[in-house]
Amino acid sequence: MSDNTKVWEVFIQSKNVLAHKHVGNLHAPDKEMALQNARDLYTRRNEGSCIWVVKAEHIISSESEDGEAFFDPSNDKIYRHPTFYTMPKGSKYI
Amino acid sequence: MNEQKFQEKIDLERKIEPKDWMPEEYRSHLIRQISQHAHSEIIGMQPEGNWISRAPSLRAKMILLAKVQDEAGHGLYLYSACETLGISREELVQQLHDGKAKYSSIFNYPTLSWADMGAVGWLVDGAAIVNQVSLQRTSYGPYSRGMVKICKEESFHQRQGYEIMAEMAKGTPEQKEMAQDALNRFWWPSIMMFGPQDSDSPRTGNAMKWKIKRQFNDELRQKFIDQTVGQVKVIGLEIPDPDLKWNEERGHYDFGEMNWDEFWSVVNGNGPCNIQRLDHHKKAHSEGEWVRKAARSYSKKQEIINA
Amino acid sequence: MSLLNYTLRIADSSLILAQRISGWCSKGPTLEEDIALSNIALDLFGQANGFLEYASKLDGNKTPDQLAFNRNEREFFNLQITEQENGNFADTIVRQFFFSTYSFLFYTELSKSTDETLAALAVKSLKEVKYHLQHSKSWMLRLGDGTEESKQKTQTALQYFWQFTGELFEMDEVDMEMSKSGIGVGNSELKTNWDKMVNEVIDQSTLERPVDAYMQTGSKKGLHTEYLGHLLSEMQYLPRAYPNAKW
Repeated sequence: MSDNTKVWEVFIQSKNVLAHKHVGNLHAPDKEMALQNARDLYTRRNEGSCIWVVKAEHIISSESEDGEAFFDPSNDKIYRHPTFYTMPKGSKYI
Repeated sequence: MNEQKFQEKIDLERKIEPKDWMPEEYRSHLIRQISQHAHSEIIGMQPEGNWISRAPSLRAKMILLAKVQDEAGHGLYLYSACETLGISREELVQQLHDGKAKYSSIFNYPTLSWADMGAVGWLVDGAAIVNQVSLQRTSYGPYSRGMVKICKEESFHQRQGYEIMAEMAKGTPEQKEMAQDALNRFWWPSIMMFGPQDSDSPRTGNAMKWKIKRQFNDELRQKFIDQTVGQVKVIGLEIPDPDLKWNEERGHYDFGEMNWDEFWSVVNGNGPCNIQRLDHHKKAHSEGEWVRKAARSYSKKQEIINA
Repeated sequence: MSLLNYTLRIADSSLILAQRISGWCSKGPTLEEDIALSNIALDLFGQANGFLEYASKLDGNKTPDQLAFNRNEREFFNLQITEQENGNFADTIVRQFFFSTYSFLFYTELSKSTDETLAALAVKSLKEVKYHLQHSKSWMLRLGDGTEESKQKTQTALQYFWQFTGELFEMDEVDMEMSKSGIGVGNSELKTNWDKMVNEVIDQSTLERPVDAYMQTGSKKGLHTEYLGHLLSEMQYLPRAYPNAKW
C-alpha cells in the first residue's frame, strides 16, 4: 500500500474540568497535521478545549475481558490493523 | 466454543470490541457494511456539493457547506470504525474504485435544481436517519458508537432540507413547481434506500442473528413512509404515488409497488450518475497523490532530523 | 460613502475567497484536508456575512444578500488575489498563505479601529485567520520541502501569485481617509512585517522568493481579472433568475 499515512487516536477534553475522552481516529503524516486535522474533524461544534493525538501503535491495551487469546496474543496492538504488522521484505499479496 | 461464547454475548446485548474473538463471517459482513456506509457518505458529498457554488443566499450556502462537510466527517468516523476490523482505508478506497464495494444507490441520481437540495436533505437524510437510529444498537462497538455520534449531528440535516422545501412550496409558482418536481424525482429513490424486500435479501438472516442489523428493511421502509407522508401534506405538496393510502386496519400507509427493475439496475451500476460519481472520486484521489506523497516525504525528513 | 466602500472591500475579499475555497469540497487530497478547507471557507463566509451586514446598515437600502448577489463585476472590490482559480493544491495553499498573512496583519490593526463594529468584526475574524495562517504555513513547509514535484508546483504557484501581492499594500484616497480618522488600516505599513513573515516561510520551505515584476492593480476601483465575471455568474445565478423569490 503506497499511501501508508499513520493512524492517530484522538482524545478531546471538552471542558477544563473533565478528563480527555477518546473520540475516534484519523490519518495524518505527522503530529502537527494530526493535531490540526483533529481540531477540524472533532471540534466543529465547539466540543473541545484541549486535544491529544497519539499514534495508534503507541497505545498499549489490556486483554479483552474474556482473556481470549486465540489470535493476537500481544497486548500492544489495539486493532487488527494491517499496517501495524511489518511484513518480510519482498513478500507479496499480504 | 468460541462461537457459543460469542453468540451469548450478542444475545445479552453486549458489544463486541475490536480485540474480541469473532466469526470470520461476522468480521467480513461488518467490513462490507461499514465500508459501504462510509463510501456512501463520501460519494454523497457530490450531489449536494454540486449546488454549493450556486446556493441562493449566504445562509443557505453556509448551511449546505456545513452539511456536506459533516458528511465527510461521517465518512471518516465510519472508515475509522471499519479499520478496527483489520483493513486499511487505502484498501477500502481501492475496493470502491475497483467496483468491489458499493455505496448507496441514491447518490447515483443527479441534483438538477436547487429544490433538490431540499428533497435530498429532507428525504434522503430522513431515510438515512431512520436506518441510523436503528443501527445505534448494532452489536459491534465501534460501529455503534459511530452511529450515535452521527445521529447527534444528523439532526440539522433533515431540518435543513425540509425548511428549503417548505419555503419553496409557499413561495412563487415557479418555486413551488421546482419543489414538487424535486419531490417527484426523489420520492421513489428515497424509498429504495431501504434496500430490497426482506424476502429478496440473502444476508438478512445472519445480520439479524448477530444483531448487526436490528430491524428488517420492510419495517424501516414502512416507518419512513408513515412519518414522511404527513410532512409532505403539511407543506402542501403531493406524493407521486397514486396507491398511497392510509390503511386503518394495519395502522400504516399502504403504498404502491416499487420499480424493482430500476432498483436492481442502479444497484448493479446502471444508473444516471454511476460513472460520473466514481470518476470524480478517482480523479480527486489520483490528483491528490503528489500532495500525500509530499507530506509523507516531509515527515520522513523531519524524523531523520529529529532522531 | 467612504466607510461603506471600505467595508465592502473587506467583505468582498472574504466572500470571493470563500467561494473559491468551497470549490474544493469533495475534491481534497485527503478527507481530512477536505474538511479543513471547508472549515476555512465557512469561516470566510461568516466573516463576509458580518461585514456585509454592517455594509447593509450603512447602505440603508440593500440587504446583505442583495449586496452579495446583485452587484455586478465592476461593483465588487475584493482583492484580485482572491478571485484567482483554485488550480492545484499548491496554488490554493500559496494563495491562502499570502492572503492569510496579510489578513492576520490587517485584522490585528483593524482591531484597534475607532469604529466599534469594524473593531469587533476584526477581533472575531483574527481568531479564525490565525488558524488559516497556521494551516497554510504547515502546507507551505510540506509542499516546498516535500518532493521535487511538490517543490516545483509550489515554486510555480509562488511565481504566479506574486503579481497579486502588490495590491495588498496599496493606499488610495479612501484608505487614506479611513486611516487618518483612525477607522481604517495603513496598508502600506503592513508590508515590512508581511515580507518578514513570508520570507521566513519561503526560506524554511526551501523555496525562492519571486523577483518583483508587474504588480496587478485596480480592485479598489472595481477593476478585476477575467475570472471574477465567471465566478459571479455562477454564484449569483439563482437570485437573478428569480428576482421575486425568497429563499
